[in-house]
Amino acid sequence: MSIASRTSQRTRRSSFVERTLVDINHTLEQSLFAEQTARQPGLLQGLDARLKIIALLMLLLAVSLSHSLWIIVALYFLTLGMAFFSKVPLGFFVKRVWLFIPFFTGIIALPALFITPGPVLVHLPPGVVITANGVQTALFLLLRVGTSVSFGVLLILTTPWNSVLKALGVLRLPAVIILMLGMTYRYIHLLLNITSDMFLSRKSRLLRPLTGVENRQLIGATSGALLSKSLQVSSEVYLAMQSRGFRDYPRTIDTFEMHPVDWAAGLIVTLIALAAIWLGR
Amino acid sequence: MSKIKATLNSLIQGTPRSLMIYYGIFAVWLFTTAMHIPDGYLSPVTSIIMFIIVLPFWIMGVRKLREKMTAKNVPLIALLAAFSFVLMMFNVPIPGGTTAHAVGGALCAIIMGPEIATMAVSIALVIQAFFFGDGGILALGANCFNMAVVLPYVSYAIYQAISKNQPTTSKRRIIGAALGGWTGLTVAAFFAGFEFGIQPLLFHTANGTPLYAPYPLSVSIPAMVFAHALVASPVEALVTALVVAYLQRTNQPALEFVKKPEIATESSGFAKWRVLWIVLAVMIVLVPLGLLAPGTAWGEWGAQELTSRGLAFVPQGMAKLSGLWSAPMSGYDLPALKNSNLGYILSGIVGTIVIGIVAWLFTMLVTMRKSETKPR
Repeated sequence: MSIASRTSQRTRRSSFVERTLVDINHTLEQSLFAEQTARQPGLLQGLDARLKIIALLMLLLAVSLSHSLWIIVALYFLTLGMAFFSKVPLGFFVKRVWLFIPFFTGIIALPALFITPGPVLVHLPPGVVITANGVQTALFLLLRVGTSVSFGVLLILTTPWNSVLKALGVLRLPAVIILMLGMTYRYIHLLLNITSDMFLSRKSRLLRPLTGVENRQLIGATSGALLSKSLQVSSEVYLAMQSRGFRDYPRTIDTFEMHPVDWAAGLIVTLIALAAIWLGR
Repeated sequence: MSKIKATLNSLIQGTPRSLMIYYGIFAVWLFTTAMHIPDGYLSPVTSIIMFIIVLPFWIMGVRKLREKMTAKNVPLIALLAAFSFVLMMFNVPIPGGTTAHAVGGALCAIIMGPEIATMAVSIALVIQAFFFGDGGILALGANCFNMAVVLPYVSYAIYQAISKNQPTTSKRRIIGAALGGWTGLTVAAFFAGFEFGIQPLLFHTANGTPLYAPYPLSVSIPAMVFAHALVASPVEALVTALVVAYLQRTNQPALEFVKKPEIATESSGFAKWRVLWIVLAVMIVLVPLGLLAPGTAWGEWGAQELTSRGLAFVPQGMAKLSGLWSAPMSGYDLPALKNSNLGYILSGIVGTIVIGIVAWLFTMLVTMRKSETKPR
């Protein structure tokens, strides 16, 4: 092994602290950006959150049920149109979905090109063949995943998280679960910040890259400290809730109101979903 | 099946060995990321069945929360869910220069018991699916079953078996945590592989093109199980064991959480009915024995079978009634599978699950009525 590759391997291995830090910042950034686009005026931002949740489920089902690739492609273009009219930056929207999916799902789908039996489409040099059915099944997987993820991303980019949570009540989720979902989301941010601080402080005191054993010790200690802190914060949160008059069950003020626009949008989405299911059967 | 094998053979012979090794390593790592199943891998029918399977565990968690536990546990579960979410972001370096992350389901189960762990991990998964597009929304039932039910319950059972009645500082607790984490995630991977693997058998176009996950059980289960057993499960084991060891040094009460009277529950459903559960499990495992027995059960002959057994005529009433109802899994076989043995085993599993769910829902209905009248 050359010296260069050995050094690169060592830096790569030691940089897990940095990588985790980058991931954490990326997550925080992502949620901030989503809250930002969700609050600007646009097509989807103006609709009732409950309607959007139900529409999301209907459209996901349509994508999932379709036996036709064209219907899935059409539904994907629908997400692009909706993103455009909701002033979601299209480049960002497309990149967020398609930067990773070809990588993960694409590579999982790749062998299917060769091993799915069917009429041969392409002969590759060493006796390997790509079958038509293989291409079809790989495309099904890729397009389905890409379109489904696009619909989900669109909901989050156009709806503030608190509205999503409140709207989940339509799915008959118990109020206590919705309360916990909200608190979890809030405390994910706190814990991410705490973790980021812990890693940064460790990193600022490092003089040399950590060895594998030291890295693992660091992970154990950081996770353990984080768990202890979580347990401690939870009892503090409980005291805070009590002091603000929380009794044994959450009550929410429902401020949702369906406007004529919402009913119209609901009707259109229902028709689209039904048409997609019918045509793609 | 044989056609697939033939194609696979020609593929293996034609591909350069180095490329295959490289792809193999890559695929192993990739399959470890497949634990968060995205939408598109599973058919809607599978997704709905998985929701139905996981529902009793959620109801059990909510009920436990309402009846046995104080409001104190609301922030506790929220914080544990947040912890599980953050833990999934810790990149643990593994030999070879790459990284993997733990799920934290085993750890939550060890600290809080499996029922609460189910709630905490499910909540983390819901937020991941809705907010970060990590794992599908329709696939939430499957993801919650694998990571929020199988992982915590299996890990907890093993941790308990190894470290029950041991002092908080015992080494056996660390070993139990590691073994629990490893086994829990590997078993969860097996179920994920199973969910993938039944897709091409059950859902394909008229010309046989798979509509969802394309690999049969013979590929998907080994791929998922080996990938996890080698990469992801050791990471889950490592993180669980390291944290338990850390808590032994710094925060021993945390390891006693599950036993504290205000949080501890009376013997859990699993413990109370343990013998029954074990008998049921043994019986399911023994199901394939039925394949060895020739013929059908005595006296359970259908009209057609009666004639083939040499009976001159079929009683009129029987002939009339036999066409009345045609079962979805006639003869414990799924024709779509084209494999009667597999169909038989699957029928057994599906049947047990359906019966279990009906019984469970019935119990829920009865007990829920009772608890509704209780003042809060």
